[in-house]
Amino acid sequence: MSSSARQAPVSLKVASTLFIVFWLVLAAFPFFWTLWGSFKVELDFFSIADWTNAITGKLTEETHGSTFTGAGYYGAWVQEEFWRAALNTGIVCVFVVVTSLTIGTLGGYALSRSNYNYVFWLLIAALIFRAMPQITLVSGYLPPFFAWNLWGYLPTAIIVLVAINQPFTLWMLHSFFKKIPIDLDESAKVDGCTQFQAFRYVIIPVMWPGVITTGLFSFLLAYNDFAVTTMLLNEQNRTMVPKIAAFLGTTYTEGNVMFAVAAVVSATAPLFLLVMLFQRQIVSGLTAGAVKG
Amino acid sequence: MKHRTFFWFFLPTALAMLIFIAAPIGSVVIQSLFVPHEAVLVETENCGPFGCTKSVVIDQEATAELREAEPLGRFAGLGIYLDRGHLAFAEVSEAWTTSQSIGEFFSDVGDLPFYRAMAFTLTYTFVVTPLLIALGFVIALAVNSLNRRIRGFVIFFSLLPMIVTPLIGSLTLYWMIDSRGVIGEFIQYVAGSPDLSLKASTPLMWIALMVYGIWHSAPFAFVVFYAGLQTVPQDTLESAQIDGATRWQQTRYVVLPHLTPLVTFVALIQLMDNFRVFEPIIGFNASAHATSLSWIIFNDLSGETNQLSAAATTSVLTIIGVAILLSPVLVRTWRDFKGKA
Repeated sequence: MSSSARQAPVSLKVASTLFIVFWLVLAAFPFFWTLWGSFKVELDFFSIADWTNAITGKLTEETHGSTFTGAGYYGAWVQEEFWRAALNTGIVCVFVVVTSLTIGTLGGYALSRSNYNYVFWLLIAALIFRAMPQITLVSGYLPPFFAWNLWGYLPTAIIVLVAINQPFTLWMLHSFFKKIPIDLDESAKVDGCTQFQAFRYVIIPVMWPGVITTGLFSFLLAYNDFAVTTMLLNEQNRTMVPKIAAFLGTTYTEGNVMFAVAAVVSATAPLFLLVMLFQRQIVSGLTAGAVKG
Repeated sequence: MKHRTFFWFFLPTALAMLIFIAAPIGSVVIQSLFVPHEAVLVETENCGPFGCTKSVVIDQEATAELREAEPLGRFAGLGIYLDRGHLAFAEVSEAWTTSQSIGEFFSDVGDLPFYRAMAFTLTYTFVVTPLLIALGFVIALAVNSLNRRIRGFVIFFSLLPMIVTPLIGSLTLYWMIDSRGVIGEFIQYVAGSPDLSLKASTPLMWIALMVYGIWHSAPFAFVVFYAGLQTVPQDTLESAQIDGATRWQQTRYVVLPHLTPLVTFVALIQLMDNFRVFEPIIGFNASAHATSLSWIIFNDLSGETNQLSAAATTSVLTIIGVAILLSPVLVRTWRDFKGKA
């Protein structure tokens, strides 16, 4: 970037900076606005009289004596038992990530170390499965789950999410394992290891970067899922996203909307943290499939 | 790797996919061909002091027996596919013969639930996909010209709309665009009409949903293109400069061709993803103005009546739609595979 010919003219620099600022506002402002508004009363956040009320919190001060109030959070977490949904989300995410990585690693490793034609067809099948809208699968699950009394429980939703997650996990881990030289396990096998021992003692110690990246995406799938969790879990076992949808279903009475706003902010916070800590991995994961092709 | 070893390594994931993806697809296809049994009715005559009355009651026992014997229901063939809730051939052909003009025909057909959903789904897919690619490309170019130190910061905020749960993201936007929200009030102010409301206007709702779609998916395009920009061959760029190419020409004739495969990749992925549009319709509470195929399935399943057959039929039609959009991806993967071999 040192050559003077490459220097951008001032007008272009200004335009590009302005555009970046515009995009940053577009991308981030809604979240900060909602975060700020979640500490207000409904008539401030959805202000009919004067939009600046949402910033100054005029009516919040009149109601609660301070311009900030945790009433929405109290209502959501304590009154409506959002903590239960948060706990359920935690359980679902942990088990989905662990199970899906365990079986996905074995499968992805096998795919990367085999040169037969069926590997290609298995990957194609996985690609087709990845494209299936999840809600269409749900209508296939319901009759047997009702018949066998499996509907409504967390383990059912976990297994379903693991399965739905497999195609993507396989593709991603397959390409990661392809990058680990095959000579490593070949030489272990020459030394008398079985294929599994080679995997256990040679591959597992070096596979973690790829596995962590894949795990992040499994986590996001489980955390963000709406179609499966809302259709397959009963009221007790609901995770956060269907719980928020349920808040919306109950009438928009005063206060109730603020419960939903507080719940939305609470559910966004862990994702903020996740992107902050794992930005590099997320970017590399998103581009892994694309840049090669 | 030997076939045998491969089999054992691959078995758990294969089982998971067979039982929970392949089998439900099969089951959906079968369900869509059957309708539930109607209750068995028996006519009984009650004779009292004031004469005899005939009444029809449900024979619970016989109904249960029939449902037990054939749990799938009555075979309906393609009947459900052709009914009013789905392809509705009868209604469409009637609209064709009775309507005076093309416009009237389309508005008649647009009232049928399946075609209404199809109209929105396709408009959404084919408007959002090109726009998000364009936006992603411009963001990538702009970020690439930034100072290295602030790039990480910009990328962090750029990722948020994509990473955040679709339902939550759409709610966040909806609360702002709502007539009482900050952007909603701004729009009312600019348009000069205080009655303008998202809830009352179909075109406005469609635009809002599409804006959400672009906002949600542009970061994906951005990240992919940004990674692609890092691998643009510097030699080619330099020789273009020596030959006197302007900045625009460099972008047009060097950078863009280099990114073409990535554009195809993003387009194919996003076409499939946008076709499944679902959560924003829930988040924006938009079902009065816009429905999608996924939303119809969800609505059939979550209603009191649990219309499994209707949902299954829409599912099969959706899968056919996805298959059409997926075919170019498969062809591309096949070519890649042949190229490597």
